[in-house]
Amino acid sequence: MAERFTKSMARNMYMGGSLFFILIFVGLTMDTVRQLPERDNRENLTEAVAHGKKLWEDNNCVGCHSLLGEGAYFAPELGNVYLRRGGEAGFKAYFKGWMNAQPLGIPGRRAMPQFNLSDEDLDALADFLEYVSKINTNNWPPNIEG
Amino acid sequence: MKYESQAVSKPYFIFAIVLFVGQILFGLIIGTQYIIGDFLFPEIPFNVARMVHTNLLIVWLLFGFMGAAYYMIPEEAETELHSPKLAWALFWIFAAAGTLTIIGYLSVPYATLAHITGNDLLPTMGREFLEMPTITKVGVVIVALGFLFNIGMTVLKGRKTVVNLVLLTGLLGLALMFLFSFYNPENIALDKYFWWYVVHLWVEGVWELIMASILAYVLIKVTGVDREIIEKWLYVIIAMALISGILGTGHHFFWIGAPEYWLWLGSIFSAIEPIPFFMMTLFAFNMVNRRRREHPNRAATLWALGCAVMAFLGAGVWGFLHTLAPINYYTHGTQLTAAHGHMAFYGAYVMIVLTIISYAMPIMRGRPNGNSNKAQVTEMWGFWLMTVSMVFITLFLTGAGVLQVWIQRLPESGEALSFMATQDKLVLFYWLRLIAGLFFMAGLVVYVVSFFVGGDEDPQLEKDEAEAAAVAAETA
Ligand code: HEC
Ligand code: HEM
Ligand code: HEM
Ligand SMILES: [Fe+2]
Repeated sequence: MAERFTKSMARNMYMGGSLFFILIFVGLTMDTVRQLPERDNRENLTEAVAHGKKLWEDNNCVGCHSLLGEGAYFAPELGNVYLRRGGEAGFKAYFKGWMNAQPLGIPGRRAMPQFNLSDEDLDALADFLEYVSKINTNNWPPNIEG
Repeated sequence: MKYESQAVSKPYFIFAIVLFVGQILFGLIIGTQYIIGDFLFPEIPFNVARMVHTNLLIVWLLFGFMGAAYYMIPEEAETELHSPKLAWALFWIFAAAGTLTIIGYLSVPYATLAHITGNDLLPTMGREFLEMPTITKVGVVIVALGFLFNIGMTVLKGRKTVVNLVLLTGLLGLALMFLFSFYNPENIALDKYFWWYVVHLWVEGVWELIMASILAYVLIKVTGVDREIIEKWLYVIIAMALISGILGTGHHFFWIGAPEYWLWLGSIFSAIEPIPFFMMTLFAFNMVNRRRREHPNRAATLWALGCAVMAFLGAGVWGFLHTLAPINYYTHGTQLTAAHGHMAFYGAYVMIVLTIISYAMPIMRGRPNGNSNKAQVTEMWGFWLMTVSMVFITLFLTGAGVLQVWIQRLPESGEALSFMATQDKLVLFYWLRLIAGLFFMAGLVVYVVSFFVGGDEDPQLEKDEAEAAAVAAETA
């Protein structure tokens, strides 16, 4: 590096630059939090949905699945599984059938455990997945397969 | 070793390597489950083995960072560590908490673990990388506070070098950002948004400060280049890391409900994130070329150079590959993400910890000039086996990812193959990845063996190098 660029200039670049961008980031976070209500489907965030999210976490579904593209890549994306598997008309029935049928026990096929959830819990999980599918994700995923 | 208290870093380094071996064993298990889906099912389901793999990674890197700090900070500050006793106590607390957590993962269903550890009181579990029970998280915070107090006091009472200040800032930032793991709102969009405050602002923010300061320290030691020059580089590198990396967080806000302006901001700022990694490569090679001494620990120099190169490839090149929103729209959450995650974590953080271990361990074992030639050669075999295997793991996962995007993501609904059908088509890549993983494990075994190769005689330099070293030692 050229001699004219001194160590104290480098330090100022570090201090000034990071402080500046931290402030911008905080500002943008505040703006994001302000805008989220129009995008995150919170009007449908019922108690059941909240309970469903808790079940999602307590059973570590994200350790195999992705949700809105984040998580593990071992099993299907579930952010849009509501739309993929029947939507309004058929999803709940499909979902309960699926959860109760695990593990399928097909030799060599990737397996999903049996979680022994009550019917009420399954309702809540289904509500949660429906809720997630209605978040405005800028049109992601590109197609129904997720 | 200039200060006796630096020796507390030894148990940290040893335990880190033990956990590293565990991490790779579980990597091989999940790598197998990718192909033979019911392997070890239902005893060890994929999600359990995966979280052992990733959490062991994070915990051993933290052990490595703490060991690095306990070694570097007293020497830089030119004073003994504030309290070696506290450092030992925290070692046992952290080791016990970590071990118990892993035992918990493996012995009861995750939901049971969540229940008995009080996840109903303060739910923080079940999110990627943050799976550990809430009480373990509290334990981590306590250990971090004690650790920061200990090294903070040491820095305060001693010489304040740039290396120390940057390392301390990085470690403070690490602890600070971890606090966001306690924030888990019912609203998944908010949850995801702030989850990245931990994950992204760690690896593409404060951890880069830690990495750059360790690299600077080792380069000062092995090259003898003037501190002023190294410190100037260090400042510019971390300036670029934070200038690009903070708003670069936006590359995770494209598809999780956040406003559309992140598509632009995240793409632009994360596109400049490779710069600090590129500068680290320039930095390392420049300093080694301008070296004023031949340090007989050549393995440490190799790790330092390798780390800079691999971090640039894994984080810089493989990160850039999928960071622009129009591309990420198709690649988000595919095997390409896994390809990048592996090489970036290995190149940047695994290798920087192995760099400082390679430099510091021989000194702590009473070999101030490094291990014997034979032990160094063994260690370098470990370096090459692990590094080349990681390159292949990355290439095979990249192949899998490109094919996955091609058949599952690009076609219209109706034409696109389902997730599970796509996975069947990728199985060749997964076999190749598993084989590369076995080579990685072999490299790790060789690396561990190198610690037991007779190392008592001093390493021999080539004749002319030895002369140069003698001259350098006189003038230093
Ligand atoms: C050990 C890994 C694992 C865990 C944990 C797991 N799953 Fe699965 N899941 C799978 C696999 C593998 C499939 C695909 C199975 C198949 O197609 O044969 C699947 C499929 C599904 C499907 C059907 C997807 C579709 O497109 O039809 C749903 C719904 C589902 N899982 C929900 C859940 C929920 C809810 C949880 C948490 C309570 C969960 N999974 C936890 C592995 C897992
Ligand atoms: C030092 C070496 C390694 C590092 C740093 C590492 C790191 C990681 C990280 C960060 C993840 C999470 C990735 C993500 O979410 O995108 C992960 C997942 C994984 N790793 Fe590794 N890993 C290493 C070695 C291995 C090896 C040797 C194997 C197997 C042969 C392996 C197999 C896997 C698998 C199968 C996953 C799960 C991917 C998924 O989510 O579906 N890893 N690893
Ligand atoms: C050493 C530094 C880095 C490490 C350790 C790292 C690691 C990771 C990991 C583990 C993930 C997966 C997260 C998950 O499981 O959801 C990820 C995602 C991502 N990284 Fe990095 N990364 C680093 C630097 C970078 C850089 C410099 C860039 C950009 C140039 C980048 C771009 C991305 C992108 C775009 C994603 C999201 C992938 C997706 O959409 O699925 N990363 N990174
Ligand atoms: Fe990131």
